[in-house]
This record gives sequence, structure tokens and C-alpha cells, in this order.
Amino acid sequence: MTVMETMTSTGTDVPTSDADPSSRRRWLGATVKRILPPAGILLVIGILWQMAGDVFGVPDYILPTLSEIWASASENWEDTFSSATVVTLTEVLIGFGVAIVVGVSIALALHLSPVLRTAFMPLLIGSQAVPIVVIAPVLAIIFGYTLMPKVIVVALICFFSIVVNTMHGLASVDPELIKVMRTLDASRWAILRRVEIPAALPSFFTGLRISATYASVGAVFGEFAGSLDGLGYVMIQATSQLQTDMVFVAIFILTFMSISLFVAVSIVERFVCPWARKEDRR
Amino acid sequence: MHSGTEVQAPAAGRHQDAVGIDLVDVEKRFGSTVAVSGASLSLPRHGRMSIVGPSGCGKSTILSMICGLTDPTDGVVRVEGATTMKERLARCAWMPQRDLLLPWRDVAGNAALALENHGTSKRAAREQVLDLIDRFGLSGFEKKYPHQLSGGMRQRVSFLRTMAAGKDVLLFDEPFGALDSITRADLQQWLRRTLDEAPRTTVLVTHDVEEALLLGDTVVVMSARPGRIVQQIDVRLPQTESRRELIRHPEFAQLRDELLSLLEVTE
Repeated sequence: MTVMETMTSTGTDVPTSDADPSSRRRWLGATVKRILPPAGILLVIGILWQMAGDVFGVPDYILPTLSEIWASASENWEDTFSSATVVTLTEVLIGFGVAIVVGVSIALALHLSPVLRTAFMPLLIGSQAVPIVVIAPVLAIIFGYTLMPKVIVVALICFFSIVVNTMHGLASVDPELIKVMRTLDASRWAILRRVEIPAALPSFFTGLRISATYASVGAVFGEFAGSLDGLGYVMIQATSQLQTDMVFVAIFILTFMSISLFVAVSIVERFVCPWARKEDRR
Repeated sequence: MHSGTEVQAPAAGRHQDAVGIDLVDVEKRFGSTVAVSGASLSLPRHGRMSIVGPSGCGKSTILSMICGLTDPTDGVVRVEGATTMKERLARCAWMPQRDLLLPWRDVAGNAALALENHGTSKRAAREQVLDLIDRFGLSGFEKKYPHQLSGGMRQRVSFLRTMAAGKDVLLFDEPFGALDSITRADLQQWLRRTLDEAPRTTVLVTHDVEEALLLGDTVVVMSARPGRIVQQIDVRLPQTESRRELIRHPEFAQLRDELLSLLEVTE
């Protein structure tokens, strides 16, 4: 039976690399190769930084050494940084969550309705032209020293790239595939649910990753404008007292927060749309 | 299943009472370009038609019009009596050259799409297509994802997805065009047998004359700019299981030559 013959012959060249131990070793090697260069650069920067204070005598109110920053972090962790980190992290996560919900809703609405798209697109782009730094104090006046203005600022900073990337993903479906789905009796809703939304997931996650790096910046802006706690508040207080080491601790915590959020998004993406990477590799 | 060896007579004689597809004086314009002009053709229910012609002759446009994805500018398109786009769409399943499988669904999930669109639950739809997967020689591959399959198998899954829609009219737009010649020959043979076992009204668009003869009991030749139907030839070949035997047959060679000469004139 010719059909069966080709079946088995094509069956053998199905890639089985995932289970292959030699490919796992190769993967490990590739990972090491990927991690070594940035680690080396960081090390060099760290040494130069430390030398700036220790060897070249840069005063600590301009650039404290890494060891001074570390000392300040452990000294002030309990009474200052632990609570400030929790406050800022809360703002970041809630704001990010709001941005996802609002961003995806807007993207879906604009994708489904060309009228809404033409009506709201200029407004949407315009919203990005308004400097957040200017918006933040206004929000602080309206909502006071509460969580609300920070959440709004974070959401405002994050939602745009989510909207744009999600819309791009929704529209990226091959028009022929839409036609095929129509002849398979798919309603508009079925096309959205079974084709467009899954197809949009990889771009949606791209949008998320971009906004994940902005989120903590938004929270700090919000806190600069008016707050009683949080890493931004600590930075403002420390700056006025020339406690530069404290400022740097806050910067490092914020950086770590952004990177963690970015990595978390990437991990979720890997679980939610594993096919995206496999298709790319093909 | 009934025995597939019981060879059926060419459809032309069998179902003359029931008309499957009917085009009357169809014209399709896109702006000032005339894609199809004065096209009339008729295909009995469960008949098989191949349309051959050079690229740009409007053969794919004819397929879209039959399918109900677009309406003719002039003339009438009737599919089992239905004339509106919506009704035609409900009767036709269309399959293009690229397999367009959903990469996030496995073989069974892709095959179950039409059933899910009809409101069957995901699990029940998967159950229902298992039998079809088996008949299509794909058992054991239900849980494979498209990226794990060869081009020929992906196309076979695409056929499966089309068939699972349960439509009476199947429209194929160069379904083997992207495949290598060995896989193509294998799938042609396979499709012939599948259609013998479960007859459907089929229209196959191709620019391969041999394929047109193998899979159609009537072949329509078209010319380009504007797309016109040059001739319709009935294929009466001895019934045989083997594709190779058929191609070797003198009558087959003669028909192939006739079609090729028609295509030469039109180009």
C-alpha cells in the first residue's frame, strides 16, 4: 500500500531532538555561551565602579562604591527598603494587571470594529504624546497620596505597547486561513476564539515584555509626584540628604524588579504558546 | 466501509438528474479588470471536475464564486440549487494550496475544527474525527503537531479537516501544488480512492494536465485575460485502481495531448 509506505517513511524524519541527550548537552553549552559574555561585562563594570571610589577617590555622595551600597542596603533593609519594595511592587503589579485588562480590551474592540479603530486611533496615539511626568502630579492632586495615582501612571505607561502589539497579532492571521475557517462554518466569534486570539498570543507577549520593563519606571514617577512610602519616595528623601548610597540601593531594587517581571512574562509565554518557538525553528 | 474495490462508473452517467454545480454566463470584474467572462458550466451531483489553465485565467476566482466567498458581477452561480453566498458557503468546503493548519492544535484538534464550529464540544469533536483520522491513514499521529509532520502529511491533515466539515461540495485549489512529485503522486492516488469510497461533488483547480485527468471525470480548459472557458472535455477512461496503469493507457495519452494542445493555443 503506497499510502502506508510513505506514511512510515515520513514518520521517521519527525524531529525527536527534545529527548536526545546530546542535544541537551548542546543546549547547556549554548546557555553557558549566552550567559558568560554579559556576566563578564558586568564583572568588569563592577570592578571599575569599586575602583572609582577606592582608587581614584570619587566622593561617596557622587558615586558610592558597591560595598558601601551593599552596606547601606543591609543596614536599611528592615526599616526602610523592605516596606518600600512591597509598596512599589504592589503598584507595579496592579498597574501592570490593569494595563493588560484595559490593553487587551481596547485591542479586541478596535480589531473587531473598523469604525472604533478610525475613531480612537488618533486619541490612542495622542495619549502617548502626553508626557507622563506632567500627568503624575495632576493625578496626585486628584487622588491624593493613595495607591490609585501610581496604578494609573503604571497602567498608562504600559497599556500602549500591549494594545499595539495585540492588535498587530490579531490582524496577522493569513486572510486565506480566515476564508478556510468561513467555509468550515466558523462564525465571527469562532474565528476570533479559535484562530485570531491564539495567533495573537506571541505578539501579545512581546507587548507585555516591552511594558514589563517600563512598569517600575511608572511607579517611581507616580511616587515622585506624591507619596509617603515606596522606592521613589525613598529616593526623593535620600537625594535631598545627599544619601546617594540609598538612591543606588533603590535603583538596584527597581532594576531587579523590572528584570524579574520580564523573565516572569517570558516564562508564562513559554507555557502558554510553546508552538511559537517551534514554528520559528522550523 | 463498503469495499473500495467495487469500481464505480464515471459519474457523468450516474447522477444526471441531480445538478451539483451550475454556472450560467458568469462574469467577474475587479474594477476594470475582467477576471472571468462568459463562463457557463454544469456539474452533476457527486461529479468530479478539473479546471486547468495558465496562471491568471481566473480559475481560482471561479472556485471562490462557487464557494460563496465572493459573488459574480454578472450571471448566476448555483450550488445544489442555492444561489445566495451564505447558502453556497454552507454547502461548500474550500481547500487552498497551503495547508494552513493551526500550529497550536494537534492533528485531531485541527481535524475537529469544523465540528467545533458546529457547536460540538472540544472532546466530543475529537472523538468523532478519530474514525476519519484512522481512515485517512493518520492513526498514531492524532497528537502530533503540524511542525512535527512532513509536507505531505500536513496536506493530508488539511484534506481531513476539509472532509470533516461534512460538506457535499469540495473545492480544491491546487492542493498538491506545493508538494514534491513523489508525494503528489501518492496523494493523487489516495484522493482518488477516498472519493471513490465517499463520493462528493468536487472541483479541482490545477495547472497539471495529468492531475486534471486523474482526478476529474470532466476537464474544463480555460484561457487567460480575460478568463474564458475554452472547452470542456469528458474523460472516459477505463476504471483502474492504479494510477500508473492509467497514465500508461493510450487513451490517457491522447487526452493529455489534446489538453496540452488546447493550452498551447490559449497561451
